[in-house]
Amino acid sequence: MNFPEDLLYSTSHEWIKLNGDEATIGITEYAQSELGDIIFVETPEVGRKIQPGQPFGSIEAVKTVSDLYGPLTGEVTDVNSKLTDTPEVINSDPYGEGWIIKMKVTDASAKAQLLSVQKYKETTAH
Amino acid sequence: MSTSSGLIKKTPFYDKHVAAGAKMAEFAGYYMPIRYDGDIIEHLRVRTNVGVFDVTHMGEFYVSGDGAMEFLQKMTVNDVSKLALHQAQYSAMCKPDGGIVDDLIVYRYADKFMLVVNAANLEKDFNWLKSHCPANAKLENVSDNIALLALQGPNAMNVLQQLTTVNLSNIKFYWFDEGEVDGVHMTISRTGYTGEIGYELYFDEKYGDKIWNAVMKAGEKFNIGLAGLGARDTLRLEMKYCLYGNDIDETTHPLEAGLGWITKLKKGDFNGRDVMLKAKEKGLTRLLIGLEVEGRIPARHGYDVMKDGEKVGIITSGTFSPTLQKAIAMAYVDTRFSENGTSLTVNARGRSLSAKVIPTPFYNGNPSK
Repeated sequence: MNFPEDLLYSTSHEWIKLNGDEATIGITEYAQSELGDIIFVETPEVGRKIQPGQPFGSIEAVKTVSDLYGPLTGEVTDVNSKLTDTPEVINSDPYGEGWIIKMKVTDASAKAQLLSVQKYKETTAH
Repeated sequence: MSTSSGLIKKTPFYDKHVAAGAKMAEFAGYYMPIRYDGDIIEHLRVRTNVGVFDVTHMGEFYVSGDGAMEFLQKMTVNDVSKLALHQAQYSAMCKPDGGIVDDLIVYRYADKFMLVVNAANLEKDFNWLKSHCPANAKLENVSDNIALLALQGPNAMNVLQQLTTVNLSNIKFYWFDEGEVDGVHMTISRTGYTGEIGYELYFDEKYGDKIWNAVMKAGEKFNIGLAGLGARDTLRLEMKYCLYGNDIDETTHPLEAGLGWITKLKKGDFNGRDVMLKAKEKGLTRLLIGLEVEGRIPARHGYDVMKDGEKVGIITSGTFSPTLQKAIAMAYVDTRFSENGTSLTVNARGRSLSAKVIPTPFYNGNPSK
């Protein structure tokens, strides 16, 4: 499985790409493979506050539903509009076209709880 | 997967699943393939072509002896006396209060019956049967020796016919034959859980590799593929086939589950009959119905079904139907709201979804054609 080196990861299987105070968030290849075919993504509005560990949306797969959790404190600045009609891009390209939201980070203190690629790989290896 | 691996069984096809890249998960004490190349593609493969399922986890019991027929008449709701040699029948076992112990298939052989039960209920079923088994009937659990492969889909017969001299077109829906497939003696059963034409092959698990390889090779020219438990669930849901533990259990009886067609109240006494006769006389209070749900969010097991702000039912199974491209669900609802066309709502984790009672099966399959 592919886990890019330049990303941070959460224990709830989101990936986080930090670029200054902007963060892009999606779910990992492992998460999409566990969920199976994704049929609907419930995304937040732009401007919505994001809190670490708090749900900000959900992903509906054929078999199951799973919440999306905020990794850091901030506010949604953009939502991937492709997900409305083609949620399956999360299955086919979870780190690229399948990104879910972008947020402006106002407090990065929860970064300490995020995992490096090595640490994250360990959580998926069983 | 926190369960100790030493306790989880492997089917004879375990290595094949892993080699095919399956996502494996523990199910009813076995490592089973949940999916290979995707729930939806596997689902559509079965609807349009042919898919292979490993369902070895299912339990098989033999019941033989002079008292076998009478024993099964008492334990199951369908009429076993109606079974001809090589005929099979969908049925259920109930407790005296009508609660369903399990749903099952009863097969009639020359010298015995075979019961095929749900993997998750295997031990419970065996103990239940054992505790009622008369001295003139013999009950055996043969599950560990039997491999079970299902070939399902419009091309299932074309694939399998290449491997056997048994004329498959002579085997009608819910009948079976005993014969050789690729030289291995087995039961070839025209049954399935998908709504498509298909076969279930019961054979000695030591021939697992041989039969798997033969089926895959014979299927090459049809572009045969695999299908996991994920696709199996959406396929059966499109047909409104009950899944034990979701749609039926010990708190539901066959009549309210829409299984009146297998419940032969006139055949004589059987477990649960008195309760069901009374329920029928009084009128059923709830029914398992089919719902079409607006939007793409599936109504899932356990979600409340509402009418004008009041809870009138509960979802038992739901998904986004790959064939019909809409959200469908099964639900027990108050009989007053069970008519086709009734508008209801579903509480999906706080979000209200519009739903409508519609006729079932959802998918117009005809596995008996």
